[in-house]
Amino acid sequence: MLIRNLCKIALVSAVLALSGCSGGILDPKGQIGIDEKNLIIIATVLMLLVVIPVIVMTLYFAWKYRDTQTHEIYAPKWAHSNKIEAFVWAVPILIVIILGVITWQSTHRLDPYKPIEDKGKHLTVEVVSLNWKWLFIYPQQGIATVNELVFPANVPVEYKITSESTMNSFFIPQLGSQIYSMAGMQTKLHLIANEPGTFKGISANYSGAGFSGMKFNAIATPTQADFDQWVSDVKAQGGSLTKANYDQLALASENNPVTYYGRVDKGLFHTIIMKYMAGMNGMSKMDKNKEMGNIDQLHHEMAEHSARLSNSQGEE
Amino acid sequence: MSFLGKLSIDAIPFHEPILVFTMGAIAIGGIALFALITKYKKWGVLWTEWITSVDHKRLGIMYILLALVMLFRGFSDAIMMRSQLALATSGAPGYLPPEHYDQIFTAHGVIMIIFMAMPFMVGLMNIILPLQIGARDVAFPFLNNLSFWLTASGAILINMSLIFGEFAKTGWVAYPPLSELTFSPGVGVDYYIWALQISGLGTLLTSVNFLVTVLKMRAPGMTLMKMPIFTWTCTWANILIAASFPILTAVLTMLTLDRYLGFHFFTNDGGGNAMMYINLFWAWGHPEVYILVLPAFGIFSEIISTFTSKRLFGYTSMVYASGAISILGFIVWLHHFFTMGSSANVNAFFGMMTMVIAVPTGVKLFNWLFTIYRGRLRITVPVLWTLGFMVTFTVGGMTGVLLAIPGADYVLHNSLFLIAHFHNTIIGGAVFGYLAGFSFWFPKAMGFKLNEGWGKGAFWCWIIGFFVAFMPLYVLGFLGMTRRLNHTNNPDWNIWLYIAMVGAVIIMFGIICQVIQLYVSFRDREALDDKTGDPWNGHTLEWATSSPPQSYNFAEIPHIDDIDAWTDMKEKGQVYQTQASYEPIHMPKNTTAGVFMGITLTAFCFAMIWHIWWLAIIGLVGGIAVFIQRCYSKDVDFYVQPQEILATEKAHNLSASKGNNA
Repeated sequence: MLIRNLCKIALVSAVLALSGCSGGILDPKGQIGIDEKNLIIIATVLMLLVVIPVIVMTLYFAWKYRDTQTHEIYAPKWAHSNKIEAFVWAVPILIVIILGVITWQSTHRLDPYKPIEDKGKHLTVEVVSLNWKWLFIYPQQGIATVNELVFPANVPVEYKITSESTMNSFFIPQLGSQIYSMAGMQTKLHLIANEPGTFKGISANYSGAGFSGMKFNAIATPTQADFDQWVSDVKAQGGSLTKANYDQLALASENNPVTYYGRVDKGLFHTIIMKYMAGMNGMSKMDKNKEMGNIDQLHHEMAEHSARLSNSQGEE
Repeated sequence: MSFLGKLSIDAIPFHEPILVFTMGAIAIGGIALFALITKYKKWGVLWTEWITSVDHKRLGIMYILLALVMLFRGFSDAIMMRSQLALATSGAPGYLPPEHYDQIFTAHGVIMIIFMAMPFMVGLMNIILPLQIGARDVAFPFLNNLSFWLTASGAILINMSLIFGEFAKTGWVAYPPLSELTFSPGVGVDYYIWALQISGLGTLLTSVNFLVTVLKMRAPGMTLMKMPIFTWTCTWANILIAASFPILTAVLTMLTLDRYLGFHFFTNDGGGNAMMYINLFWAWGHPEVYILVLPAFGIFSEIISTFTSKRLFGYTSMVYASGAISILGFIVWLHHFFTMGSSANVNAFFGMMTMVIAVPTGVKLFNWLFTIYRGRLRITVPVLWTLGFMVTFTVGGMTGVLLAIPGADYVLHNSLFLIAHFHNTIIGGAVFGYLAGFSFWFPKAMGFKLNEGWGKGAFWCWIIGFFVAFMPLYVLGFLGMTRRLNHTNNPDWNIWLYIAMVGAVIIMFGIICQVIQLYVSFRDREALDDKTGDPWNGHTLEWATSSPPQSYNFAEIPHIDDIDAWTDMKEKGQVYQTQASYEPIHMPKNTTAGVFMGITLTAFCFAMIWHIWWLAIIGLVGGIAVFIQRCYSKDVDFYVQPQEILATEKAHNLSASKGNNA
């Protein structure tokens, strides 16, 4: 009776919980997120096939074979049965084989590096995590923004991701997958919004004091034209982001307002990735700077270095 | 560089009311303890019979005491985090700014895993394992004492960070580049490094010690496949420690070189790569969770078979399942960072390997079920913990397999879903196991049973509190809340954060029940006295000794014919028989070397943290000198004389047969 009531409560609260999930990963607005939600549901249902019987059997056996039930069979030396052993190994193996197949297929299908098929040409956005804000560079449009990401709905977006400093994770929960941003390296992610809307974007990897404020709005515009309009607005009203004032932007700051840059130095993203690749001849200088704690100057010098030295992409 | 290195009066956080209050409480508590010990003239006993003891049973008790103290510390951190998150909703800042809050969540993780769970596990293993295999002590008694003091040193260091300076603000994993000098210039990460290094050394020595003990000191007739299941799971855990802790030592050494000598293992610049740290960290970190949970599995197995008065179902399966978990535990570490950008093949491989671990774990659950089947289950406190574990851990295992699917992990990674999952397995698995073992073996270690009523109260508060505190975190994970946030601004999340806070308070009541239980049991210890040494009608050899056991454990080493050796001996009527005479027993002498090495090496670590180089040299040289002195000491053993053994055995056998007739 108690158990039945508990089950009811659990069921009701689960339904309540899930229906209240607006804005989370169970309320996806993009194809990747929808696929991932379905994957979670299928895997959970499959596992519940074992989990629920185990929980029920635990409580039932404990009740049935409690010591006051002296009429039940008592077999103190019974400790082995080939049939049961075969059964208890076979059931989990079977479930894991099924889950394994699902895992292999879904991991390849949902590979964050894989471009989204049949949806046309990707828009490219270069993402840089800074302490503690997000910089989005639009290389095709020649603009950049801080803490606001805009793209058209139904157009796949290719994100090239790196970090200026510590490791973060670029994540828009309602659109699907997240990927780490790491300094000196480029990671990739492909996402699409199936409908227009404003979605919350976050850093999903703790990166220091200002981490909680590393939020941005990801806005999917209804049409390509709306997006183009937005681009020209940014071009009209925004200042320019050069390699010089990028270093200013890279200084630690918290809860940054949305900022637009109408012009961006060509190859800035590349410069950011390659700055740490500066040749070993720069090492003694770097250490000296580090001891002095003059990080700003260090970054500046290194950016200059890399402009000269680097010519290869920083892919993993 | 000044005389005290980087240490100055500014390092003491007088501006933090919470810390000043804590310091005051520690000071008052410390003075009260000091006064009590002085009043009851217990300093001599404390020194000669506990601090310098090489007796594995006493060391085990001290480990568990350390674990309980650190449980209070870690739980205080937990309740501060939950209350901060319950207050800091809808854009409010709460009462803990990031610079303080970030230290708290880091300390909570480090303390609960390294200084609560590990000492608890090692403590239970210390008390029980030598008894279960019919040994008189561990293979290296002095090393055992040293291991304890090294663990205690780490715990002392981490608590010193409350008063001097700060603790790491990096999360318990201390990922670079955040933990590098550039982004964490303070002493916090240095406290982290040295506390983990010194306690890690202690843990490694423990594992070697117990592996040798198990391999060389089993009673005659006890083949490996006749070892009690708890001894087996501890042995697998020790194999894991011996294989994985050196990785932690190495990776922390590399981080130390980065921070102290300007190396570039994991820095952004100079060719460093933080991914290497993250891989190595989890190459230790994943086996570590099996180190914690395997002995707990062993405890549940012992409890279920004891309290159903039945053999453990599928002993051989259990042994091989534990072995499979141990080996597989080494090839799944990448599932901690599917989102780092590895190829689909790599991610899928590690995901599938992780799922494979669910097979031996599932087998274990079924085996416990079939142990209950056709048994006579006595619903005692240890059994409640076990049943609570079987229900809770099944849920935790399920969410773990879900996280092992890379496609699901891409949205669940680092979310509160993950937090809920690992608390589901660590609390529902390891901690429930240790608490079960605590009430199961308490009479063996202390000589009297624990009060059942308060124990049941504690269990219900813990399990209800656990579900109330952590089920909302699963929901919050689905709602897109990530971990380590200092404050939130999302009205949909608030209700779940409040519920989680209530859950933490319910768990607090559970802990209060346990404190009362200890007090009440100590007060009523005459009535709860365990005269027989075998209060639960146990199966294994630890129940053959008196409670607490004779200092030499066994007057004569028994011959083993069965997995359930003690049950077998009881059935053959070979128990409680006093011999006419006994051989003298060779035993190790207590030593001050362990505690002195602990003190000197704590000084060394503290000096390294604060760059007090002269003290570092004195500490290190002092520690090594004590060790060398001990190595050349000839005064390390003695013999227990036959008359004394005869008297002790007579008393025990008389008391046991009286107790059994009563």
